[in-house]
Amino acid sequence: MKKLTVLLGAALLAGTAMIAAAPAQAGDEITITSWGGAYSESQRKAFYEPFIAAGNKVTEAEYSGEIAKVRAMVEAKSVTWDVVDVDTKTILAGCAEGSFETIDWAKLGLDRAKFIGSDVTDCAVPNILYSTVAAYDTTKTAEPANLFEALFDQVKYPGKRALQKNPFVNLEWALMADGVAPEEVYKVLGTNEGVERAFKKLDTIKKDVVWWTAGAEGPQLLADGQVVFATSWNGRFYGAIKTDKKPFKIIWDRQAPDWDWWAIPKGTPKLEEAYRFIAFASDPQRMADQTKWISYGPANTDSASKVDPALLPDLPTAPDNLKTVFYPDPVFWGDKFDELNERFNAWLAQ
Amino acid sequence: MAMAQAVAIDGVMRAADGTPLKIALARAQRREKIKAIGLVAPLFGFILLSFVFPILLMLYNAVYDPDVAENLPATVTALRDWDGMDLPAEEVYAAFVGDMKEAQKSRQAALVGKRLNYELSGIRSKVIATARKAATLDSGPYKDAVIAIDKVWGEPETWATIKRSSSVYTPFYMLAMLDMRQGANGDIEQVPEERRVYVDILKRTLGISLLVTLMTLVLGYPVAYLLATTPQRFASILMIFVLLPFWTSLLVRTSAWMILMQDGGVFSQFLGITGITWLLNMLALTDGVPQLFKTRFSTIIAMTHIQLPFTLLPIYSVMKTISPNYMRAAKSLGGKPFYCFVRVYMPQTMPGVAAGCLLTFILSLGYYITPALVGGPTDQMISGFIASAINTENNWGKASALGVILLVATLILYYVYNRLIGIDRMKLG
Repeated sequence: MKKLTVLLGAALLAGTAMIAAAPAQAGDEITITSWGGAYSESQRKAFYEPFIAAGNKVTEAEYSGEIAKVRAMVEAKSVTWDVVDVDTKTILAGCAEGSFETIDWAKLGLDRAKFIGSDVTDCAVPNILYSTVAAYDTTKTAEPANLFEALFDQVKYPGKRALQKNPFVNLEWALMADGVAPEEVYKVLGTNEGVERAFKKLDTIKKDVVWWTAGAEGPQLLADGQVVFATSWNGRFYGAIKTDKKPFKIIWDRQAPDWDWWAIPKGTPKLEEAYRFIAFASDPQRMADQTKWISYGPANTDSASKVDPALLPDLPTAPDNLKTVFYPDPVFWGDKFDELNERFNAWLAQ
Repeated sequence: MAMAQAVAIDGVMRAADGTPLKIALARAQRREKIKAIGLVAPLFGFILLSFVFPILLMLYNAVYDPDVAENLPATVTALRDWDGMDLPAEEVYAAFVGDMKEAQKSRQAALVGKRLNYELSGIRSKVIATARKAATLDSGPYKDAVIAIDKVWGEPETWATIKRSSSVYTPFYMLAMLDMRQGANGDIEQVPEERRVYVDILKRTLGISLLVTLMTLVLGYPVAYLLATTPQRFASILMIFVLLPFWTSLLVRTSAWMILMQDGGVFSQFLGITGITWLLNMLALTDGVPQLFKTRFSTIIAMTHIQLPFTLLPIYSVMKTISPNYMRAAKSLGGKPFYCFVRVYMPQTMPGVAAGCLLTFILSLGYYITPALVGGPTDQMISGFIASAINTENNWGKASALGVILLVATLILYYVYNRLIGIDRMKLG
């Protein structure tokens, strides 16, 4: 019965993906699924094209992080995606639920210790780091001393702030701004009093917050002069700065990085090829090359020295930017997201 | 002729070929019926597959809850005799260790953790860790060993929750979406105040929809009257103004409102130039430039604009069919224009008004993208929460339960509407 419902439900989601990916089973080509847009483009240039040039065949597929699709394939034992680019939340849930292969680092020929965050999960190889950061318009706003001044000091910086409509990172930043040491944040946030304390701190700026849901909104609100500070993912601000020539500056203080990962859905018939691709794409030089097309930081520490020095300061992994980095705890959020999100919504409605 | 002959022979009416007329008629009717069914069958099949079946699946998913029952079968059986007062006995822990070992092997422990986490926030990672460590427990006694892995297993509440979720069917999701839950002793109680969100969201969804419906009626009724009574030549030109936005994509119109409403945008400049901003500040209604974007106000305005044709067009088409003679007769009998309009004309438009309002109201209940883009955080409607339950939380039970609530609210409204106005009086055109 359960299998039936899972299959019925998942078929709705997965049907299209399976049809789209079906031709990939012919020949020995592998199907690599990623997020599309500029991000996929950077992977195409940095990894797929050289991999194809080396005599392999690659089919690209796109998704929006729906783990249900991967689960449906694995349960139906008809895996058509051989390598998937997943986010941390997905890999942690998917790994625990057995949707992904456990990575054999020796087989990859890679040194696990050299990859930032590789101990977070056994089912994936970290690929890039992106970061939730704040930014401001240098022509309108003076440089703040740190992130907390930017977000919480309304005397020095009157006006609105754009924050993501999500408890994630906002609660941690609020606690740190309230004087909690970074290493204590999750201990405090694990208690009821801690959560109340975080909301109390956010209360002080609540009337001045514009809440965004889509990543493009932060830079847009900043460009329109609607807010003095906006948060978003660093690549979004980088795009606004480099492509649209906006006079924005990123505040790297307390940047909250997250990973994207290469993972292999369990039971793929192309396991060998999948390993070969991940090893290929984890080469320090190729990972460094990817930064030419997108400003996300290579998770391979060997890549740092190979990145174009002109690009380095814009990456979350640049040594200067990592000085006061704050790593969000994916396990904490796996446990507490549902509860805190409900409380966050209730708080918003107050 | 033939018939006349047939009657003449044995008193039975016959068709031209000699078969009794009754049989011939039945045969012809059957053919017609098959033809009719054949014509309707594609649509019927389509509705069955795309509408009835998904709704049944949704209703089922809102109460279907197999994760604990299927993955902790021995524990569930052992817990049956537990009185719920103190910690369960050793057998329960032994069964639990066995289940956990199995769950670890089949990689289902995370599902159990995820399910229990809905009720006991924070237990997810503990279940996963326990499943991993359970493999090392080869022999009993298990009770202390399991509690040593994590003290959460030493709390009666944990076991009460497992016992409660041991059926394959659960009221949990439906209760949760009404801000209620089953307490430790099984009684239904309200969730703590800081987690009560969903009733507010339902009220908000109904409130916004009602307001939008009223706005479209107030704005649309006079326009429909104008359209129905102006000479055809002008009416067609006016109709273009109604239909052009109607044919434009919803997303485009929503984005247009974003640009118009944003701070410093056309709307707020207009308020500044015309002195409305000054007036509002004088009256102490606002402080500085009024905030329009990301507010309830802009949500209502944008939704009203999008829904206006849906209310207007049914009213218009009913008004078109009303003969001007009624009004003339009323006036000739001495009625004042306003009285005639209210007592003679308006009642005749009611089927159109009812149809338009019901259409707009039901469509408004499902709004998702417009509140998300134009509205603020407190203007999000149920659909937005359904989307996030599916896309980001991967919680289909919750999404289904919210869907059921929306469905039930719509059906209740439909029922009330039917009792008050009567669905047979509704006219869409």
